[in-house]
Amino acid sequence: MNLSNYLVLASVLFAIGATTVLLRRNAIIVFMGVELMLNATNLVLVTFARQHGDLSGQVMAFFVMVVAAAEVVVGLAIIVQIFRTRRSASVDDVNLLKS
Amino acid sequence: MTALGAAGSPVAASPVAASLATAVADTGRTGTGEATLFWVLAPIMVLAALGLLFARKAIHAAMCVVLVMVSLAFLYVAQDAPFLGVVQVVVYTGAVMMLFLFVLMLVGVDASDSLVETIRGQRWLGLLFGVGLAVLLVGVVTRVTYPAPVGLAEANAASNPVGVARLIFGDFVFAFEVVGVLLVTAALGALVLTHRQRLVRKVGQRELARRRVAGLGKTEADRDAVERKGIAPLPAPGVYARTNAMDVPALDPQGRPIEQSVSRVLRVRGQERELEAVGVVPGPATGPVAGQLPAGPASPGLHLEAGEDGGADRHAPTPQAGAPGETAGPATPITTGRGPEVVP
Repeated sequence: MNLSNYLVLASVLFAIGATTVLLRRNAIIVFMGVELMLNATNLVLVTFARQHGDLSGQVMAFFVMVVAAAEVVVGLAIIVQIFRTRRSASVDDVNLLKS
Repeated sequence: MTALGAAGSPVAASPVAASLATAVADTGRTGTGEATLFWVLAPIMVLAALGLLFARKAIHAAMCVVLVMVSLAFLYVAQDAPFLGVVQVVVYTGAVMMLFLFVLMLVGVDASDSLVETIRGQRWLGLLFGVGLAVLLVGVVTRVTYPAPVGLAEANAASNPVGVARLIFGDFVFAFEVVGVLLVTAALGALVLTHRQRLVRKVGQRELARRRVAGLGKTEADRDAVERKGIAPLPAPGVYARTNAMDVPALDPQGRPIEQSVSRVLRVRGQERELEAVGVVPGPATGPVAGQLPAGPASPGLHLEAGEDGGADRHAPTPQAGAPGETAGPATPITTGRGPEVVP
Protein backbone atom coordinates (compact mmCIF):
# COMPACT_ATOMS: atom_id res chain seq x y z
CA MET A 1 0.00 0.00 0.00
CA ASN A 2 1.20 3.44 -0.84
CA LEU A 3 1.44 6.18 1.76
CA SER A 4 -0.53 8.51 -0.52
CA ASN A 5 -3.64 6.50 0.32
CA TYR A 6 -3.66 8.30 3.65
CA LEU A 7 -3.42 11.61 1.84
CA VAL A 8 -6.36 10.73 -0.41
CA LEU A 9 -8.42 9.78 2.63
CA ALA A 10 -7.49 13.05 4.33
CA SER A 11 -8.43 15.02 1.20
CA VAL A 12 -11.84 13.37 1.04
CA LEU A 13 -12.47 14.04 4.72
CA PHE A 14 -11.39 17.64 4.31
CA ALA A 15 -13.72 18.15 1.36
CA ILE A 16 -16.63 16.62 3.27
CA GLY A 17 -15.90 18.90 6.23
CA ALA A 18 -15.79 21.96 3.98
CA THR A 19 -19.08 20.97 2.36
CA THR A 20 -20.62 20.58 5.81
CA VAL A 21 -19.55 24.09 6.70
CA LEU A 22 -21.12 25.40 3.50
CA LEU A 23 -24.38 23.48 3.56
CA ARG A 24 -25.56 23.02 7.12
CA ARG A 25 -27.38 25.74 9.04
CA ASN A 26 -27.06 24.45 12.58
CA ALA A 27 -24.09 26.29 14.05
CA ILE A 28 -22.99 23.27 16.07
CA ILE A 29 -22.89 21.01 13.02
CA VAL A 30 -20.99 23.68 11.11
CA PHE A 31 -18.50 23.68 13.94
CA MET A 32 -18.18 19.92 13.76
CA GLY A 33 -17.36 20.32 10.07
CA VAL A 34 -14.48 22.60 11.05
CA GLU A 35 -13.28 19.95 13.48
CA LEU A 36 -13.39 17.35 10.72
CA MET A 37 -11.24 19.56 8.52
CA LEU A 38 -8.71 20.01 11.32
CA ASN A 39 -8.58 16.25 11.83
CA ALA A 40 -7.97 15.64 8.14
CA THR A 41 -5.10 18.11 8.28
CA ASN A 42 -3.65 16.24 11.24
CA LEU A 43 -3.73 13.01 9.27
CA VAL A 44 -1.74 14.68 6.49
CA LEU A 45 0.81 15.98 9.00
CA VAL A 46 1.26 12.55 10.58
CA THR A 47 1.60 10.89 7.17
CA PHE A 48 4.26 13.32 6.05
CA ALA A 49 6.09 12.91 9.35
CA ARG A 50 6.38 9.25 8.46
CA GLN A 51 7.26 10.00 4.88
CA HIS A 52 10.19 12.20 5.86
CA GLY A 53 11.22 10.36 9.00
CA ASP A 54 10.89 13.56 11.00
CA LEU A 55 8.80 13.86 14.13
CA SER A 56 8.15 17.59 13.61
CA GLY A 57 4.97 16.75 11.73
CA GLN A 58 3.62 14.90 14.73
CA VAL A 59 4.51 17.84 16.97
CA MET A 60 2.62 20.16 14.63
CA ALA A 61 -0.39 17.86 14.71
CA PHE A 62 -0.18 17.99 18.50
CA PHE A 63 -0.24 21.78 18.44
CA VAL A 64 -3.17 21.74 16.04
CA MET A 65 -5.06 19.58 18.53
CA VAL A 66 -4.35 21.95 21.40
CA VAL A 67 -5.37 25.01 19.44
CA ALA A 68 -8.50 23.19 18.26
CA ALA A 69 -9.43 22.46 21.87
CA ALA A 70 -9.10 26.15 22.75
CA GLU A 71 -11.06 27.11 19.65
CA VAL A 72 -13.87 24.71 20.51
CA VAL A 73 -14.17 26.14 24.01
CA VAL A 74 -14.53 29.73 22.79
CA GLY A 75 -16.68 28.85 19.80
CA LEU A 76 -19.15 26.81 21.79
CA ALA A 77 -19.33 29.58 24.39
CA ILE A 78 -20.25 32.00 21.61
CA ILE A 79 -22.88 29.61 20.26
CA VAL A 80 -24.41 29.20 23.72
CA GLN A 81 -24.44 32.96 24.18
CA ILE A 82 -26.13 33.53 20.81
CA PHE A 83 -28.65 30.84 21.63
CA ARG A 84 -29.45 32.55 24.91
CA THR A 85 -30.17 35.89 23.30
CA ARG A 86 -31.73 34.77 20.00
CA ARG A 87 -33.23 31.38 21.01
CA SER A 88 -31.79 29.83 17.88
CA ALA A 89 -28.68 27.92 16.90
CA SER A 90 -29.10 28.55 13.19
CA VAL A 91 -26.41 30.53 11.47
CA ASP A 92 -29.06 32.25 9.35
CA ASP A 93 -30.62 33.96 12.34
CA VAL A 94 -27.49 35.86 13.26
CA ASN A 95 -28.21 38.82 11.01
CA LEU A 96 -28.46 41.80 13.35
CA LEU A 97 -25.67 43.64 11.56
CA LYS A 98 -27.60 43.49 8.29
CA SER A 99 -29.02 46.98 7.83
CA MET B 1 8.34 -5.63 9.70
CA THR B 2 5.19 -3.63 9.47
CA ALA B 3 4.86 -0.15 10.82
CA LEU B 4 1.96 -1.35 12.93
CA GLY B 5 4.20 -3.83 14.67
CA ALA B 6 6.91 -1.25 15.11
CA ALA B 7 4.49 1.08 16.85
CA GLY B 8 2.67 -1.41 18.97
CA SER B 9 5.19 -3.96 20.17
CA PRO B 10 7.74 -3.25 22.87
CA VAL B 11 10.27 -5.14 20.82
CA ALA B 12 10.70 -2.15 18.56
CA ALA B 13 11.01 0.21 21.50
CA SER B 14 13.84 -1.76 23.05
CA PRO B 15 16.77 -1.09 20.81
CA VAL B 16 18.11 -4.39 19.66
CA ALA B 17 20.78 -3.41 17.21
CA ALA B 18 20.35 -6.15 14.67
CA SER B 19 16.58 -5.95 14.42
CA LEU B 20 16.73 -2.16 14.39
CA ALA B 21 18.81 -2.13 11.28
CA THR B 22 16.24 -4.15 9.37
CA ALA B 23 13.46 -2.06 10.86
CA VAL B 24 15.04 1.16 9.63
CA ALA B 25 15.40 -0.30 6.20
CA ASP B 26 11.81 -1.49 6.13
CA THR B 27 9.64 0.80 8.20
CA GLY B 28 8.66 3.28 5.51
CA ARG B 29 6.80 0.62 3.62
CA THR B 30 3.42 -0.58 4.74
CA GLY B 31 2.61 -4.18 5.39
CA THR B 32 -0.46 -6.27 4.80
CA GLY B 33 -1.76 -5.69 8.31
CA GLU B 34 -1.70 -1.96 7.91
CA ALA B 35 -3.25 -2.15 4.46
CA THR B 36 -6.08 -4.26 5.84
CA LEU B 37 -6.60 -1.83 8.70
CA PHE B 38 -6.65 1.08 6.29
CA TRP B 39 -9.09 -0.46 3.85
CA VAL B 40 -11.42 -1.44 6.68
CA LEU B 41 -11.28 1.93 8.40
CA ALA B 42 -11.25 4.27 5.40
CA PRO B 43 -14.74 3.41 4.06
CA ILE B 44 -16.13 3.58 7.60
CA MET B 45 -14.59 7.00 8.08
CA VAL B 46 -15.85 8.36 4.79
CA LEU B 47 -19.34 7.02 5.48
CA ALA B 48 -19.33 8.54 8.96
CA ALA B 49 -18.15 11.87 7.55
CA LEU B 50 -21.00 11.75 5.03
CA GLY B 51 -23.24 11.04 8.00
CA LEU B 52 -22.11 14.34 9.49
CA LEU B 53 -23.06 16.02 6.23
CA PHE B 54 -26.46 14.43 5.84
CA ALA B 55 -27.69 13.46 9.31
CA ARG B 56 -30.98 15.08 10.17
CA LYS B 57 -30.38 15.13 13.92
CA ALA B 58 -27.40 16.88 15.46
CA ILE B 59 -26.79 14.02 17.91
CA HIS B 60 -26.37 11.54 15.05
CA ALA B 61 -23.92 13.90 13.38
CA ALA B 62 -21.94 14.16 16.62
CA MET B 63 -21.77 10.38 16.97
CA CYS B 64 -20.58 10.10 13.36
CA VAL B 65 -17.78 12.56 14.10
CA VAL B 66 -16.82 10.55 17.18
CA LEU B 67 -16.54 7.46 14.97
CA VAL B 68 -14.30 9.33 12.52
CA MET B 69 -12.07 10.55 15.32
CA VAL B 70 -11.66 7.15 16.96
CA SER B 71 -10.78 5.64 13.58
CA LEU B 72 -8.24 8.40 13.08
CA ALA B 73 -6.65 7.42 16.38
CA PHE B 74 -6.25 3.89 15.03
CA LEU B 75 -4.61 5.25 11.90
CA TYR B 76 -2.23 7.39 13.96
CA VAL B 77 -1.12 4.37 15.94
CA ALA B 78 -0.66 2.45 12.71
CA GLN B 79 1.49 5.29 11.40
CA ASP B 80 4.04 5.15 14.19
CA ALA B 81 2.39 7.89 16.23
CA PRO B 82 1.04 6.15 19.33
CA PHE B 83 1.37 9.33 21.39
CA LEU B 84 -0.85 11.24 18.98
CA GLY B 85 -3.28 8.33 18.89
CA VAL B 86 -3.74 8.50 22.64
CA VAL B 87 -3.99 12.30 22.57
CA GLN B 88 -6.55 12.05 19.81
CA VAL B 89 -8.77 9.80 21.91
CA VAL B 90 -8.31 11.81 25.08
CA VAL B 91 -8.57 15.32 23.65
CA TYR B 92 -10.88 14.94 20.68
CA THR B 93 -13.29 12.17 21.53
CA GLY B 94 -12.96 12.59 25.26
CA ALA B 95 -13.04 16.34 25.71
CA VAL B 96 -14.04 18.11 22.51
CA MET B 97 -16.86 15.85 21.38
CA MET B 98 -18.25 15.56 24.90
CA LEU B 99 -18.27 19.36 25.03
CA PHE B 100 -20.20 19.31 21.77
CA LEU B 101 -22.71 16.89 23.25
CA PHE B 102 -23.10 19.07 26.33
CA VAL B 103 -23.82 22.11 24.20
CA LEU B 104 -26.25 20.10 22.06
CA MET B 105 -28.16 19.18 25.20
CA LEU B 106 -28.03 22.78 26.40
CA VAL B 107 -29.26 24.22 23.12
CA GLY B 108 -31.94 21.59 22.70
CA VAL B 109 -31.80 18.29 20.92
CA ASP B 110 -34.48 19.09 18.41
CA ALA B 111 -33.00 22.36 17.25
CA SER B 112 -32.81 20.83 13.82
CA ASP B 113 -31.86 22.44 10.59
CA SER B 114 -34.33 24.31 8.53
CA LEU B 115 -34.20 23.25 4.93
CA VAL B 116 -35.27 26.60 3.53
CA GLU B 117 -32.60 27.99 1.29
CA THR B 118 -31.91 31.61 2.09
CA ILE B 119 -29.54 31.94 -0.84
CA ARG B 120 -30.98 30.44 -4.00
CA GLY B 121 -29.05 27.49 -5.32
CA GLN B 122 -26.74 27.46 -2.33
CA ARG B 123 -27.15 23.73 -1.84
CA TRP B 124 -26.07 22.80 -5.33
CA LEU B 125 -23.29 25.34 -5.37
CA GLY B 126 -22.02 24.00 -2.06
CA LEU B 127 -22.14 20.41 -3.26
CA LEU B 128 -20.39 21.41 -6.46
CA PHE B 129 -17.71 23.17 -4.47
CA GLY B 130 -17.25 20.17 -2.19
CA VAL B 131 -16.93 17.70 -5.06
CA GLY B 132 -14.61 20.07 -6.88
CA LEU B 133 -12.41 20.47 -3.82
CA ALA B 134 -12.25 16.72 -3.34
CA VAL B 135 -11.34 16.13 -6.99
CA LEU B 136 -8.71 18.86 -6.92
CA LEU B 137 -7.06 17.65 -3.70
CA VAL B 138 -7.13 13.99 -4.68
CA GLY B 139 -5.78 14.85 -8.11
CA VAL B 140 -2.88 16.81 -6.69
CA VAL B 141 -2.10 14.22 -4.04
CA THR B 142 -2.14 11.26 -6.39
CA ARG B 143 -0.18 12.82 -9.24
CA VAL B 144 2.80 13.93 -7.18
CA THR B 145 5.71 11.51 -7.04
CA TYR B 146 7.06 11.13 -3.55
CA PRO B 147 10.54 10.06 -2.56
CA ALA B 148 10.89 6.69 -0.91
CA PRO B 149 9.34 6.95 2.54
CA VAL B 150 11.92 7.19 5.27
CA GLY B 151 9.87 5.83 8.15
CA LEU B 152 10.04 6.72 11.77
CA ALA B 153 12.01 3.81 13.21
CA GLU B 154 15.08 5.96 13.67
CA ALA B 155 13.23 8.93 15.13
CA ASN B 156 11.22 6.64 17.37
CA ALA B 157 14.25 4.72 18.57
CA ALA B 158 13.73 5.78 22.17
CA SER B 159 9.93 5.33 21.92
CA ASN B 160 7.60 7.79 20.21
CA PRO B 161 6.56 9.89 23.24
CA VAL B 162 10.20 10.50 24.11
CA GLY B 163 10.97 11.61 20.58
CA VAL B 164 7.98 13.95 20.48
CA ALA B 165 8.81 15.33 23.93
CA ARG B 166 12.41 16.09 22.87
CA LEU B 167 11.05 18.16 20.00
CA ILE B 168 8.29 19.90 21.99
CA PHE B 169 10.55 20.90 24.86
CA GLY B 170 13.50 21.56 22.59
CA ASP B 171 12.84 23.18 19.24
CA PHE B 172 9.22 24.07 19.90
CA VAL B 173 9.39 25.16 23.52
CA PHE B 174 8.41 28.74 22.75
CA ALA B 175 5.37 27.61 20.76
CA PHE B 176 4.52 25.31 23.64
CA GLU B 177 4.49 28.19 26.11
CA VAL B 178 2.43 30.36 23.77
CA VAL B 179 -0.07 27.54 23.43
CA GLY B 180 -0.27 27.33 27.22
CA VAL B 181 -1.11 31.04 27.37
CA LEU B 182 -3.68 30.49 24.63
CA LEU B 183 -5.37 27.74 26.62
CA VAL B 184 -5.61 29.89 29.73
CA THR B 185 -6.99 32.76 27.66
CA ALA B 186 -9.55 30.48 26.05
CA ALA B 187 -10.71 29.20 29.43
CA LEU B 188 -11.07 32.74 30.74
CA GLY B 189 -12.81 33.79 27.54
CA ALA B 190 -15.34 30.98 27.86
CA LEU B 191 -15.98 31.99 31.48
CA VAL B 192 -16.54 35.62 30.50
CA LEU B 193 -18.68 34.75 27.49
CA THR B 194 -21.06 32.47 29.33
CA HIS B 195 -21.25 34.67 32.41
CA ARG B 196 -24.64 36.22 32.93
CA GLN B 197 -25.01 39.25 35.12
CA ARG B 198 -27.82 39.02 37.64
CA LEU B 199 -30.09 41.99 37.22
CA VAL B 200 -32.57 41.27 40.02
CA ARG B 201 -32.01 39.82 43.46
CA LYS B 202 -32.01 36.04 43.63
CA VAL B 203 -35.27 34.61 44.96
CA GLY B 204 -34.63 31.73 47.29
CA GLN B 205 -36.72 28.66 47.87
CA ARG B 206 -37.97 29.90 51.21
CA GLU B 207 -39.11 33.26 49.84
CA LEU B 208 -40.73 31.56 46.89
CA ALA B 209 -42.75 29.25 49.11
CA ARG B 210 -43.78 32.10 51.39
CA ARG B 211 -44.77 34.25 48.46
CA ARG B 212 -46.87 31.52 46.96
CA VAL B 213 -48.84 30.90 50.12
CA ALA B 214 -49.13 34.57 50.98
CA GLY B 215 -50.11 35.46 47.46
CA LEU B 216 -53.26 33.39 47.52
CA GLY B 217 -55.88 35.96 46.71
CA LYS B 218 -53.74 39.03 47.24
CA THR B 219 -52.45 40.74 44.14
CA GLU B 220 -53.31 39.81 40.62
CA ALA B 221 -49.75 38.85 39.67
CA ASP B 222 -49.34 36.57 42.64
CA ARG B 223 -52.65 34.92 41.94
CA ASP B 224 -51.52 34.34 38.40
CA ALA B 225 -48.31 32.74 39.56
CA VAL B 226 -50.19 30.43 41.88
CA GLU B 227 -52.69 29.65 39.16
CA ARG B 228 -49.90 28.64 36.84
CA LYS B 229 -47.73 26.63 39.16
CA GLY B 230 -49.98 25.70 42.07
CA ILE B 231 -49.00 25.67 45.69
CA ALA B 232 -47.97 22.08 45.80
CA PRO B 233 -45.43 20.55 43.46
CA LEU B 234 -46.79 19.06 40.29
CA PRO B 235 -48.37 15.64 40.73
CA ALA B 236 -46.42 12.54 39.72
CA PRO B 237 -47.49 10.56 36.66
CA GLY B 238 -49.78 7.61 37.02
CA VAL B 239 -48.84 4.15 38.24
CA TYR B 240 -51.11 1.40 36.96
CA ALA B 241 -51.21 -2.34 36.90
CA ARG B 242 -49.98 -2.54 33.35
CA THR B 243 -47.75 0.50 33.13
CA ASN B 244 -45.95 2.99 35.26
CA ALA B 245 -44.37 4.95 32.47
CA MET B 246 -44.18 8.69 32.83
CA ASP B 247 -46.30 9.37 29.76
CA VAL B 248 -49.57 8.31 31.39
CA PRO B 249 -51.44 10.84 33.51
CA ALA B 250 -52.38 10.19 37.11
CA LEU B 251 -55.98 10.15 38.34
CA ASP B 252 -57.50 12.68 40.66
CA PRO B 253 -59.95 11.62 43.43
CA GLN B 254 -62.80 11.72 40.96
CA GLY B 255 -61.00 9.31 38.67
CA ARG B 256 -60.23 11.81 36.00
CA PRO B 257 -56.80 12.17 34.44
CA ILE B 258 -54.62 15.04 35.65
CA GLU B 259 -52.96 16.41 32.60
CA GLN B 260 -50.28 18.28 34.50
CA SER B 261 -48.89 15.06 35.90
CA VAL B 262 -47.33 14.33 32.52
CA SER B 263 -44.13 16.18 31.78
CA ARG B 264 -44.58 19.33 29.76
CA VAL B 265 -42.01 18.20 27.22
CA LEU B 266 -43.95 15.02 26.50
CA ARG B 267 -47.17 16.99 26.16
CA VAL B 268 -45.58 19.44 23.75
CA ARG B 269 -44.18 16.65 21.64
CA GLY B 270 -47.51 14.83 21.65
CA GLN B 271 -45.98 11.70 23.16
CA GLU B 272 -48.51 11.55 25.97
CA ARG B 273 -50.56 8.34 26.16
CA GLU B 274 -54.25 8.20 26.76
CA LEU B 275 -55.58 6.37 29.79
CA GLU B 276 -57.55 4.00 27.59
CA ALA B 277 -54.29 2.84 26.04
CA VAL B 278 -53.26 1.26 29.33
CA GLY B 279 -56.68 -0.18 30.08
CA VAL B 280 -57.88 2.39 32.59
CA VAL B 281 -61.40 3.74 32.22
CA PRO B 282 -61.37 7.35 33.33
CA GLY B 283 -64.15 8.74 35.50
CA PRO B 284 -67.21 10.58 34.25
CA ALA B 285 -66.59 13.69 32.32
CA THR B 286 -68.86 16.41 33.55
CA GLY B 287 -70.56 17.52 36.70
CA PRO B 288 -71.42 15.64 39.84
CA VAL B 289 -72.83 12.20 39.23
CA ALA B 290 -75.05 10.51 41.78
CA GLY B 291 -73.03 9.04 44.58
CA GLN B 292 -69.98 11.07 43.80
CA LEU B 293 -68.54 14.15 45.36
CA PRO B 294 -69.13 17.31 43.43
CA ALA B 295 -65.93 18.31 41.77
CA GLY B 296 -64.89 21.54 40.26
CA PRO B 297 -63.85 25.02 41.18
CA ALA B 298 -65.53 24.84 44.58
CA SER B 299 -62.40 23.49 46.26
CA PRO B 300 -59.54 25.78 45.33
CA GLY B 301 -56.72 23.50 46.35
CA LEU B 302 -57.91 20.64 44.21
CA HIS B 303 -58.70 23.01 41.43
CA LEU B 304 -55.25 24.52 41.50
CA GLU B 305 -53.58 21.19 41.50
CA ALA B 306 -55.62 19.75 38.72
CA GLY B 307 -55.24 22.67 36.40
CA GLU B 308 -57.11 25.81 35.65
CA ASP B 309 -59.32 24.48 32.95
CA GLY B 310 -61.95 23.47 35.48
CA GLY B 311 -61.95 19.78 34.86
CA ALA B 312 -65.05 19.69 32.71
CA ASP B 313 -63.30 19.63 29.39
CA ARG B 314 -60.06 18.24 30.64
CA HIS B 315 -60.21 14.87 29.06
CA ALA B 316 -62.39 15.77 26.20
CA PRO B 317 -60.56 14.49 23.15
CA THR B 318 -58.30 17.19 21.89
CA PRO B 319 -58.52 17.79 18.18
CA GLN B 320 -55.64 16.60 16.10
CA ALA B 321 -53.28 19.30 15.05
CA GLY B 322 -53.64 20.11 11.41
CA ALA B 323 -50.87 20.11 8.90
CA PRO B 324 -48.63 23.18 9.05
CA GLY B 325 -50.14 26.02 7.13
CA GLU B 326 -53.62 24.62 7.39
CA THR B 327 -55.97 26.81 9.37
CA ALA B 328 -59.60 26.51 10.18
CA GLY B 329 -61.04 29.68 8.73
CA PRO B 330 -64.26 31.28 9.85
CA ALA B 331 -67.29 29.26 8.91
CA THR B 332 -69.53 32.24 8.28
CA PRO B 333 -68.96 34.52 5.31
CA ILE B 334 -67.35 37.83 6.14
CA THR B 335 -69.25 40.90 5.15
CA THR B 336 -67.33 44.09 4.81
CA GLY B 337 -68.63 47.57 5.42
CA ARG B 338 -69.07 48.14 1.73
CA GLY B 339 -71.64 45.50 1.51
CA PRO B 340 -71.49 42.01 0.10
CA GLU B 341 -68.69 41.26 -2.26
CA VAL B 342 -69.81 40.86 -5.80
CA VAL B 343 -68.15 38.01 -7.52
CA PRO B 344 -67.95 38.68 -11.24
